[in-house]
Amino acid sequence: MAIDKRIASAAEQLKTIKDGATVMLSGFGGSGFANSLILALRDAGPRELTIVANSATHPLARTQVLIEAKLVRKVICSAARGRGAELSPFEAQWKAGIIELEVLPQGTFAERIRAGGAGIPAFYTPAAVGTDLAKGKEIRRFNGRDYVLETAIEADLALIRGDHADRFGNLTYRGSQANFGPAMATAAKLVIAEVATAGAEAIPPGQVALAGVFVDYVVAIGGR
Amino acid sequence: MARLNRLQMAWRAAQDLQEGMVVNLGLGMPVACSDYVPDGREIVFQSENGVISAGPLAGPNVADPDLVDAGSRQITIAYGGTVIDSTASFAMIRGGHIDVTLLGAFEVAGNGDLANWDSRIPDKGPLVGGAMDLAATAKAVWVIMEHNTRKGAPRLLEKCTLPLTAPGCVKRIYTDLAVLSVTADGFVVHEIVPGTSPAEVQKLSGAKLIFAPDCGPLNAPDIALPA
Repeated sequence: MAIDKRIASAAEQLKTIKDGATVMLSGFGGSGFANSLILALRDAGPRELTIVANSATHPLARTQVLIEAKLVRKVICSAARGRGAELSPFEAQWKAGIIELEVLPQGTFAERIRAGGAGIPAFYTPAAVGTDLAKGKEIRRFNGRDYVLETAIEADLALIRGDHADRFGNLTYRGSQANFGPAMATAAKLVIAEVATAGAEAIPPGQVALAGVFVDYVVAIGGR
Repeated sequence: MARLNRLQMAWRAAQDLQEGMVVNLGLGMPVACSDYVPDGREIVFQSENGVISAGPLAGPNVADPDLVDAGSRQITIAYGGTVIDSTASFAMIRGGHIDVTLLGAFEVAGNGDLANWDSRIPDKGPLVGGAMDLAATAKAVWVIMEHNTRKGAPRLLEKCTLPLTAPGCVKRIYTDLAVLSVTADGFVVHEIVPGTSPAEVQKLSGAKLIFAPDCGPLNAPDIALPA
């Protein structure tokens, strides 16, 4: 039987996600959020989730619907401040002690995910040395400079966004959609990509931005 | 004394960017620098989300929500540019490929300490983004910030009061009153806005300033702020 990772809806796959799962969500600045899949995850309803997303508060990301549905126990991110004086859904639940926050420098956030998908359990980075975000973490000196030990992050599920997919799960991106998606696709047990279009015909090799090996399912939602 | 406005501060900083530099612009005033590079000078603006040669803001006809910069602004990609993913973008940053990062700040200390990520507003969450990676590893860290807070408190200090982004990293500072560098001896002032005096700028600062022997006027063209 030919490989074909295209599905009409991810509802069945998302039902397999258990309470307490770790979920990675791609997206930066309004680009690359798998918002349809996030809504489908909300409908599937697993609870006590750990969300790994660059921003906990971006107004264009549907991450907040998971938070508003009280499905989230912890957020790992680099940005947790909502715009304006009014508290975002994340900030309100964080202040109330419902959601735990782990805030990281964005490069450390990205590299911990990359490491998780690349078989690297931990690494040292110069970012955050001498700051509150390095407190309690191992510091080691290499070539006369201090570095912080950071460990890999792996996930049960990654919901990523692409532009076009073929039946092999190969993806292209448009604009700045890629951001954390390629790394997250390597670091999660189940990877579902939301794309504008998906076709049977293979994307030419030089145009594939993420190899389908890292993608389990693709859902085309139209629009562009 | 006429303080520079936010765009004039960005203009002044942009004049010091040199041909061929790879430059990362932070949120706020820094992202405006790309609008004020002198004609004919090619600079590669790197945006932390992976846009290489981030170009001017997109006009209404080309604005695309799938192409944004570090400030979530819909932009264009300049001639010769491309997009890489976030892990490659931060490899570029941590690996020492960024010549200058221009960042906003709450406070800078005379030893170069930078505080720009946690303003300790009650109940509001922290926002570190890529600032710690950039401040720790760019070849040069320049800051654009207002000389004083809205309440008039100095932002140039002997020691930062807010949580640090990185210790000892800032090399140059552009404020609405002065252009300064950070040296082993502390802050050195190179330019001040016309109509003020070294004594007045010192009074508005929270650390000892050294005025360079050739300290000159900080001039910028008139640039209107958007309504």
